[in-house]
Amino acid sequence: MIQAKGIVKSFGENHVLKGVDVDFYPGKTNLIIGRSGSGKTVFLKTILGLFNPDGGSIHYGDEVLGEMSKQRRKTLRQEIGMVFQGGALFDSMSVAENIRFPLEMFSSMTEHEKDARVKFVMDRVRLEGADQLFPSEISGGMQKRVSIARAISMNPNYLFCDEPNSGLDPETAIVIDQLIQEITHEFGMTTIVNTHDMNSVLEIGDHVVFMKSGHKVWEGTNDQVLGSTNADVEDYVFKSKLFKQVRTALRK
Amino acid sequence: MITNFFEGIGAYALLMTKVFRRPDRWRLFYRALVKEIQLLGLDSIGIVVILSIFMGGVVTIQTAFQLSDDPLIPTYYIAMATRESITLEFSPTVVSLILAGKVGSNVASSLGTMRVSEQIDALEVMGVNSASFLILPKIVAQLLFNPILIIMSLFLGLWGGAMAGDLLGLVPFEESVMGYRLEFIPFENAFYALIKTVVFAFIIGSVSAYSGYTVKGGAVEVGVASTNAVVRSCLAIILANYLLTDLILTS
Repeated sequence: MIQAKGIVKSFGENHVLKGVDVDFYPGKTNLIIGRSGSGKTVFLKTILGLFNPDGGSIHYGDEVLGEMSKQRRKTLRQEIGMVFQGGALFDSMSVAENIRFPLEMFSSMTEHEKDARVKFVMDRVRLEGADQLFPSEISGGMQKRVSIARAISMNPNYLFCDEPNSGLDPETAIVIDQLIQEITHEFGMTTIVNTHDMNSVLEIGDHVVFMKSGHKVWEGTNDQVLGSTNADVEDYVFKSKLFKQVRTALRK
Repeated sequence: MITNFFEGIGAYALLMTKVFRRPDRWRLFYRALVKEIQLLGLDSIGIVVILSIFMGGVVTIQTAFQLSDDPLIPTYYIAMATRESITLEFSPTVVSLILAGKVGSNVASSLGTMRVSEQIDALEVMGVNSASFLILPKIVAQLLFNPILIIMSLFLGLWGGAMAGDLLGLVPFEESVMGYRLEFIPFENAFYALIKTVVFAFIIGSVSAYSGYTVKGGAVEVGVASTNAVVRSCLAIILANYLLTDLILTS
């Protein structure tokens, strides 16, 4: 479980996070949603430890991130998998080398065990036969799957995804969303997904946190989000024509 | 502007303290080192060969142009002056400046692209010291391979000078060889050239890596960083050249 308690973060005069309290649960896909500039990415990076909060604390299980030793922080990083918005694949490495990289760097596995692990995660994200291809030779959807495979290769306890289906067609986006949810449930990870996409919210939002202007203004499940009476959530969720029609249909 | 300059120096120094750390995995470090030697060293041989031969020829022609009017000066003195110019200045400094352009822009643009495409963030999230993992092999590759390039440049420059002198009828080949050997103190000049080379190699590797690693933004900023890498490396080389010349030759 990850807990954010009273997180405050500013960049100069720009106060981005103004005291955010959220609990993220294991075995669930926890979604952070909100408009651009609401502080989602800064919040995600603060939880990851890429930014130090100006106030508040981040708890990984019983441990406080800010109080961990350098060595502990380093080992914690090996318990974290991250799927970046653009994939962030190493373009000088093949698909298999990208997935193998964390194992080469941190595991004490034998070569045979590493091969088996790479094959397992590649099969798991349905990337069979792509091992020798380079990131520039595969589609955006496959790049996201490689990124997910690399993120879970070390069997992490925590999975972070920053807009994992941005730039993908709706069909592929759903495949990626479902894949994230499947592996979250299968491996019991604490997964935090940063997204704009309402389809993702409805598809995989076991726990949804809505942020606005550096505050958490609402939280609930994907089933609750469509019936929310919070004005900010309503304004965000029912912005598109499609969702306005959905609301009309639901009210009938 | 002055504040920016000193902030930049501070950021560069802090980055170097992150770079010179023990690699997490030596096997991956050696693998990266071999790649960098190929990319930054072996791939630069062509340009160094062409540059050195023609540079030697030009130095001989210019020296001959200055000295050949005086019948009291033996022609092998032209070769001797050529040797001094190539060994002390042209090979270590000019070749390093050219490498700053070729290698510096490559290092800055590759690191800059990794930064803007979040590949460096991905390394940091994994717990990898990205500065050491990415930059240390580049600097070590240059520290190891640039001296080889400069030694090669010294020989080719002298050979190019002798060939140009002979082909144009300015200095016969045998007299060039005689001039090259005249009052030559083995290793003294070459040692001076190698010290300069090692310092310049460090500057090229570290300054261009700093420019690329600290990019913020997108493709345009990567281009700017690439240009900055070359300009900063060249300026630092020229400044270091002056200081080293003063330090080694006059003290």
